[in-house]
Amino acid sequence: MTTAPVTTTETTYREALREALREALREDDRVFLMGEDVGSYGGCFAVTLGLLEEFGPERVRDTPLSESTFVGAGIGAALGGMRPIVEIMTVNFSMLALDQILNNAATLLHMSGGQLNVPLVIRMTTGAGRQLAAQHSHSLEGWYAHIPGLKVIAPATLEDARGMLWTALQDPDPVLLFEHGSLYNMSGALATGAGHVDIQRAAVRRPGRDLTLVSYGGSLSTSMTAADELSAGGIEVEVIDLRVLRPLDDATIMESVRRTHRAVVVDEGWRSGSLAAEVSARITEQCFFELDAPVERVCSAEVPMPYAKHLEEAALPQVATVVAAARKVVS
Amino acid sequence: MSGRPLLATRKETTGTRNGRRLDLLREMTRIRVFEERCVELYSATKIRGFLHVAIGEEAVAAGVCGLLEDDDAVVSTYREHGHALARGVPMDSVMAEMYGKVTGCSRGRGGSMHLFDASRRFYGGNAIVGGGLPPAVGLALADRMRSRRRATVCFFGDGAFAEGEFHESLNLAALWHLPVLFACENNLYAMGTALAKSHAQTDLALRAASYGVASWTVDGMDVLAVEEATARALERIRNGGGPVFLELRTYRFRAHSMFDPDRYRDKAEVAAWRERDPLELLARRMREDGELTDADREVLVAEATAEVDAAVRFAEESPLEDVDELTRFVYSDPAEV
Repeated sequence: MTTAPVTTTETTYREALREALREALREDDRVFLMGEDVGSYGGCFAVTLGLLEEFGPERVRDTPLSESTFVGAGIGAALGGMRPIVEIMTVNFSMLALDQILNNAATLLHMSGGQLNVPLVIRMTTGAGRQLAAQHSHSLEGWYAHIPGLKVIAPATLEDARGMLWTALQDPDPVLLFEHGSLYNMSGALATGAGHVDIQRAAVRRPGRDLTLVSYGGSLSTSMTAADELSAGGIEVEVIDLRVLRPLDDATIMESVRRTHRAVVVDEGWRSGSLAAEVSARITEQCFFELDAPVERVCSAEVPMPYAKHLEEAALPQVATVVAAARKVVS
Repeated sequence: MSGRPLLATRKETTGTRNGRRLDLLREMTRIRVFEERCVELYSATKIRGFLHVAIGEEAVAAGVCGLLEDDDAVVSTYREHGHALARGVPMDSVMAEMYGKVTGCSRGRGGSMHLFDASRRFYGGNAIVGGGLPPAVGLALADRMRSRRRATVCFFGDGAFAEGEFHESLNLAALWHLPVLFACENNLYAMGTALAKSHAQTDLALRAASYGVASWTVDGMDVLAVEEATARALERIRNGGGPVFLELRTYRFRAHSMFDPDRYRDKAEVAAWRERDPLELLARRMREDGELTDADREVLVAEATAEVDAAVRFAEESPLEDVDELTRFVYSDPAEV
């Protein structure tokens, strides 16, 4: 058997997202982009840079600062046969659109007895690490993962940044795509033909036998670095990237935990009522008798995210805290 | 006979004298008789949850919806029975929905506040005040982007004026010249709070106009005035003139919901508005013009009563949805629940 040589291109997470948007706009004339500063400005994180020039103002729409209405308009346009991609600057701002996301997007299909699909994709930035303080830095994707009717995805790799959007656009239901702000400049080699990926399964990013580290989004790199450090100390960590926060891929998580008998969940959200709490509860429900230690969680400190760098770092999951939690469950 | 020209309409007139007026009276009578029966059925605990009737506001539903084409869209509120019926949602399916039956227009998942009928482009049934405006803007955006000559009608009440979504939506619809008819049913009360108690400026059309939206105030108790304003609005909208806002001044004769003791309104005020009952207003005019007899009126009521009787029978006899179906339609693919 021969394997064709894989050519790669050096790219960034930001460019991978942009290429995905470009592909969607090119391939499907129902697709359009709308949000604050997605056009002339090029996107507040420069993801949409150049798309206005390429596709024009009908399909790359700058909106007023009216989160609730441009998200709701996305819902209506989806009902009207379009495939809108709505960008919200940050998850904190998405609170202004929560009514539309929860009460309409997530609800219409069921409440209408199966009559109204909402094929809408909402992209937004999440997470801390850039000293943006308490109104631009939180990780609230876990709240959205609480809501039946939504699908919630979080690309943590270049491949997923490039591939998840298309799959989300094929979905007949609303999909929320969370881009961790610290990832936009992440660079690396991406296969030249990289494209569509599934949005159903978690991925094992690093195999290991001693411990399962469950993570996603911006916490994946923290977890991978912690795994390297632990490996040097003789602890082989299996790192799972959830990728899909709702519906959770229990099978991949449990398969791993049944082998390693130990689990740590790393989640940049607040601990109480968090996604980490949900994952931990599911592991306990499904693998209780196979666990050799209680599940540990590494989450953000339960404070509004502070501005000062040392305080922000202290509030966030760090490699050292992940390593410490791993050592605790393995000891 | 009235010399007033008939307006272009999807519903063809019946053969009797001035058929258009009779059609409007028939539609309003259907809605009135239906809602009066709903009140009885609520008291008899056949209908549960919240029930908001629009008795007194029928001219809005009949006057606006009667002019819509099949591919126009309607977005409504939780006080939407009349809008649904006038839009052509079958009464059987509306009543079955009230009963929570699987034959209901939302399979019993919505109830009184959430009537849906995709085949008639009736998009609910939105019980978050103001929450229907953004999706209405989006439906119109899709039409505009697809160069479809459709209109989207968005019903909401005066209460929605206090919501940010109203202001955001008018701005966006005006900015993008979207084909939306914003039909504001100003019944003077946001639940129990009078308009004047919650707004410094109570001239709603004036405020809507400030967004660059053509805005007209209409006597919402006069179905002919409602229809005429709607016809003008739709013509403008379909010809690319951008959104139109209609302030339809109306009044609900009954309380906000079946739970409401109606302490906040003066009985004399209610009585004064009842003098302008939209059904009586039209019937009186038709009688004066020799277009309607008492016998005609009785026929309309009898027809409506028979239709409501049949709808109640249908609802009573319909099955409940199997509980195994509970999580169906959370996602399109049932495996994803």
